[in-house]
Amino acid sequence: MAASASSAAKKAAKGASRTPVNRTIVEFDKDQELHAYREMLLIRRFEEKAGQLYGMGMIGGFCHLYIGQEAVVVGMQMASKDGDQVVTSYRDHGHMLACDMDPKGVMAELTGRKDGYSKGKGGSMHMFSREKNFFGGHGIVGAQVSIGTGLAFANQYRGNDNVSFIYMGDGASNQGQVYESFNMAKLWNLPAIYVIENNKYGMGTSVERSSSNTDLSQRGISFGIPGEQVDGMDVRAVMAAAERAIEWAREGKGPYILEMITYRYRGHSMSDPAKYRSKEEVQKMRNEHDPIEQVRQRLIDGGFASEDELKSIDKDIRAVVSNAADFAQSNPEPDESELWTDIYMPL
Amino acid sequence: MPIKVLMPALSPTMEEGNLAKWVKQEGDKVEIGDVIAEIETDKATMEVESVEEGTLGKIVVAEGAQGVKVNELIALILEEGEDASALDNVSTDAAPAAEEAPAAPASVPAEPKSEAPVTLPDVEDEPEVPEGTPMKTQTVREALRDGMVEEMRRDDDVFLMGEEVAQYQGAYKISQGMLDEFGERRVIDTPITEHGFTGLAAGAAMAGLRPIVEFMTFNFAMQAIDHIINSSAKTLYMSGGQIHNPIVFRGPNGAAARVAAQHSQDYTAWYSQVPGLVVVHPYSAADYKGLIKSAIRSDNPVVFLENEILYGHSFDVPDVDDFIVPLGKAKIARKGKDVTIVSFGMGMQHSLNAAEELAKEGIEAEVIDLRTIRPLDTETIIRSVIKTGRCVVVEEGWPQASTSSEVAFRVMDQAFDYLDAPVARVCGKDVPMPYASNLEKLALPTVAEVIGAVKAVTYTA
Ligand SMILES: Cc1ncc(C[n+]2csc(CCOP(=O)(O)OP(=O)(O)O)c2C)c(N)n1
Ligand SMILES: [Mg+2]
Repeated sequence: MAASASSAAKKAAKGASRTPVNRTIVEFDKDQELHAYREMLLIRRFEEKAGQLYGMGMIGGFCHLYIGQEAVVVGMQMASKDGDQVVTSYRDHGHMLACDMDPKGVMAELTGRKDGYSKGKGGSMHMFSREKNFFGGHGIVGAQVSIGTGLAFANQYRGNDNVSFIYMGDGASNQGQVYESFNMAKLWNLPAIYVIENNKYGMGTSVERSSSNTDLSQRGISFGIPGEQVDGMDVRAVMAAAERAIEWAREGKGPYILEMITYRYRGHSMSDPAKYRSKEEVQKMRNEHDPIEQVRQRLIDGGFASEDELKSIDKDIRAVVSNAADFAQSNPEPDESELWTDIYMPL
Repeated sequence: MPIKVLMPALSPTMEEGNLAKWVKQEGDKVEIGDVIAEIETDKATMEVESVEEGTLGKIVVAEGAQGVKVNELIALILEEGEDASALDNVSTDAAPAAEEAPAAPASVPAEPKSEAPVTLPDVEDEPEVPEGTPMKTQTVREALRDGMVEEMRRDDDVFLMGEEVAQYQGAYKISQGMLDEFGERRVIDTPITEHGFTGLAAGAAMAGLRPIVEFMTFNFAMQAIDHIINSSAKTLYMSGGQIHNPIVFRGPNGAAARVAAQHSQDYTAWYSQVPGLVVVHPYSAADYKGLIKSAIRSDNPVVFLENEILYGHSFDVPDVDDFIVPLGKAKIARKGKDVTIVSFGMGMQHSLNAAEELAKEGIEAEVIDLRTIRPLDTETIIRSVIKTGRCVVVEEGWPQASTSSEVAFRVMDQAFDYLDAPVARVCGKDVPMPYASNLEKLALPTVAEVIGAVKAVTYTA
């Protein structure tokens, strides 16, 4: 007994079940490339601006930027359809923009103003849009995984064919409630797509230092949930994987796990000096894998857009972001009476 | 115009920092994302990335400068096409461009509530159940089930989930027969996974369904309390009113019989501290029925605390269609003029029994059943205390930061001038619940203790 148990343990040791990263892509047409380029660039410019406003003291508290990870949410959204829900952690600005929420409303929430999505009462980490089916913005690591499983439950209960995209970090994937959710999602075959954004660190702790098996795509194995590792820096690979997962879930086969191999360029939050990784590591990712640069190259090489056309897209996006920033700085703070509102619905 | 680079704030608390190093020098090209300088904050040395592109035109604050204020001008970047002459027009000796720190508000806006001071009513309140209403005798268990069943017939969005609620018919048989009537879609056995299924239910509620989450007992809800508070109670506020949480968390709470410390805690005070939650803890079968129906219909998260010992007790329940008891209203369970006893849940049994005994000695106690602990019906309490001048609070929970401390504060705050004696209370003892039969009895409130407290405040001991 003892002998077989220990050999089983060895088999399950680090990396033993590593699956090859799925780099299968479906080539994008011109419209798709341009769409992906715009969406990702909007997120990047928005986040840079948020960082700048933070530096000016216009944004307070914690502020977690999504720079580097743009291809994940953009690729996923490209495969989604109306009514599909999204829920994520506090690193949520990119997800909101990709859900088509108004950059002005998002930025105004970051600055704590009255026309922010939460009237200035939620801030960077807690924002929602019922209209756009974006269910937060959650500050408790892992909480969004159970909540998102509930969104999937609601789809099944109502008999619609929508799916829920449930994003979490590599760090979050070690929370107990993630496995409680996996179990229920498979037990009841809920249309839940779990997207683990593996950016290699949870704050300052690398995946190797936090996870007994670093192939996070296999975290659903004991529940019978299929999973795959995806090149999360290539928006085409993300979209192709999303389509596989969505088809699976919409057909009633239950949950699916996509581990997106990605990278965040900035610190965990604005106040993180990122001493736990080398500059070279960051630079290498930026130089060799940047999700936006990849699309940009393909647009040029494929003759889909000229440098000038791309410049003009850049300019448009800068204008959108700078309007959002102006709005977020000039919009008034919430009225003091808002202190006491939105605590209860009528009893 | 050259672009101004200002000293950035790099942590939630940073006010100034040191300019440790210029990574780019005057004349260097700068792309978006390039590190231009290193800055020492109160916590760490941080790299500053440029959010602009152009040429570093002028370094205004030299390397090594200490105590540079946030938002002070530190450099100028020339935009494409600009040459150094553009720098001449920019004044660099200006003091920090920092905004005035927002002044602390002169006063905090008052919590909106009815302004009228509480007084005695001119007329007797209408009884909640009109005289002559037909009644039937039911246990709390049956009343609770009937309430849920009626609401599930009424609204397809309502469903029940929890451990053993379906096939087993409920660990305490509350959901007897419900699986048969509503099927597996709406009466759902969960794995033993409180944290997970509570979060799942909170998510389903955000999507507009109306879950009833049964905890086998509330002791196990501690595994899930994050979702009850952080995900359910706070979301309406954090979403600026967009996402409400129509959900009921229910199950037995407090001491049962001889199940000791980990299975015998009263959570009333815990949940009642949280803005955004409604907290209900009924005593009579009629209130269990009428309040569970209101709880299910409410668009707020409701923590519905039950008592296992009471499940088997029988009471009169109005035999009418759709009997509803409103949330947030206390009930005068017994009228009296000499002392006000305030209680809820199992505490009501001790209080009513004590009132019965006291009446034999000529002391007429008014007994108020709070039923809803949050929002607390202060008005009913204060009215009664204005009349009696004396108040005793009875609860099974621990004394510190408890429901009784809150009631006592409100009575002192709003009826101080009417009090003829300090408020007294009878609580569970300040110990984990012991197992031994004699010790458990000692740990819980008794009728004798309630009588003792009443005698103390009426100076009749
Ligand atoms: C329950 C809980 N524990 C700890 C924290 C503090 N915390 C915030 S983010 C974070 C790291 C999470 O890393 P990961 O899940 O990989 O997401 P990433 O930040 O990389 O997107 C920690 C420990 C928290 N917010 N919630
Ligand atoms: Mg991470």
